[in-house]
Amino acid sequence: MDALIRVENLRHVYKTASGDKLALDGVNLSIDAGEFVAIIGTNGSGKSTLAKHFNALLLPTSGKVFVDGLDTSDEENLWHVRENVGMVFQNPDSEIVAAIVEDDVAFGLENLGIAPDKIRERVDLALDAVNMSGYKVFAPSKLSGGQKQRIAIAGVVAMQTKVIVLDEPTAMLDPQGRREILSLVKRLHAQGKTIIYITHFMEEAAEAQRVFVMERGKILRVGTPHEIFTNVAEMKRLGFDVPVAAELAERLRGKFKLPKNILTADELAEALHR
Amino acid sequence: MINVRDVTYTYMTGTPFEKTALKNISFDAAEGEVLAIAGHTGSGKSTLIQIVAGLIDLTSGSVEIDGLPVADKKIRRLVGIVFQYPEQQLFEETVERDIAFAPKNFGLSDDEISARVNEAMRQVGLDASLKNLSPFELSGGQRRRAAIAGILAMKPKYLILDEPTAGLDPKAKKNLLREIFGDVKKSGVTIILVSHNMDDIARFADRVIVLAQGEKIFDGRPRELFAREEILRRAGLEPPPITQLMRRLGVDEIVLSLDEAERILQKN
Repeated sequence: MDALIRVENLRHVYKTASGDKLALDGVNLSIDAGEFVAIIGTNGSGKSTLAKHFNALLLPTSGKVFVDGLDTSDEENLWHVRENVGMVFQNPDSEIVAAIVEDDVAFGLENLGIAPDKIRERVDLALDAVNMSGYKVFAPSKLSGGQKQRIAIAGVVAMQTKVIVLDEPTAMLDPQGRREILSLVKRLHAQGKTIIYITHFMEEAAEAQRVFVMERGKILRVGTPHEIFTNVAEMKRLGFDVPVAAELAERLRGKFKLPKNILTADELAEALHR
Repeated sequence: MINVRDVTYTYMTGTPFEKTALKNISFDAAEGEVLAIAGHTGSGKSTLIQIVAGLIDLTSGSVEIDGLPVADKKIRRLVGIVFQYPEQQLFEETVERDIAFAPKNFGLSDDEISARVNEAMRQVGLDASLKNLSPFELSGGQRRRAAIAGILAMKPKYLILDEPTAGLDPKAKKNLLREIFGDVKKSGVTIILVSHNMDDIARFADRVIVLAQGEKIFDGRPRELFAREEILRRAGLEPPPITQLMRRLGVDEIVLSLDEAERILQKN
């Protein structure tokens, strides 16, 4: 089967006042339909630049990005690409455009020229999907950060894209808001959406099926959360945290005989009980 | 010393939108202490620190700093406040000029200004070679530190930090915390840390105040807080990941760090 998203030798150069800046340096990857992948990397590693290529907000300086087989750099494909890939950003306040919640969710659909009764139906479904049906006529400014971010996600759900790209959606939220967003993302994945989730929170990345580790514009490692995060020494060296159970397991290996791939509290508890 | 007594703050008093953001809050912050204020969005944290910094007027109660009422203009030089995402407020052409902005307004000599800029940069771990760059040429973590250095250059006796590590990657976060709770703290400044990161509070705070719906529902040591599940639940907070992990492993003690966890498990 052909991958839903395929990136080949992608380079991206930003032109700045102080010269060219190489943000992506030969990225290759493919993501299948229905996958949940996380992208981690330090600030400036190229994660957000990469994300913006998935729906043609940025175009490659060289190399190719294909979405559902369509080359994003071909202008004729632009609408098709954006119909397939929705984006959610870090700051909900800069994404919300309308004075009441349901207008905000409808905004993208109105721009597609969809009939009003169809729009209403899709907005209702989308708000239901993010558990915000009760807030239809609320002013977004009255909502918490987590609720605002759920409205932003509803806007993308209403577009019925196959792929949802979330660029640090929880960075500005409190613990409650972070939990809300992560469980919503997992639910959308279970319903068949392809999820690309960028985050600085390693416990969130550990929920994905595959993790891409980026550094200096390159993809350094790809693997399951177990493969990536149980390599504690290497992750630390690269400047990442690992989930706390993996780190504690690593420290205890001197004293106890523990299996190599411990990532969760349950796995550590089970290993210690033996 | 900061003395906060029975502080109440009401928005839009006398209108249908009247809302009490803070109710009867009292606490003291001792010199050299690291006091954390925790609570979820809308709990009143931001309102409280703005009142302590004298930026908004309280409705009733009193705030005194070193015996001066908070409305006294003199306290503006005693209290430095670093808002969330402070790097959005960098505006000068070079890092040096940005950090020098407050000391310049204080009317200090050029020598004193440059000494303060150098010291503030050293305290936050910014290399002196970055001085002449535009703030926009810095990385995200460096920009954040430059903004904090701009406040430290005021030499405040009290430093209020509102979510200082929000949005930084783990490495930048670790470096910034190391500088703040290393060099900056050593200078003797009293730090009020607003945060919902319980791990940071566990590691760095001497004391923590928890706010929920505008009320103070806890005031004590972090270790005591993490034993009080009903308080955490009410405030929408969770113990640090290591504390939760050790509980899951069946350890009754409240554990705050990997070092402690390792020691306890090795004994058994």
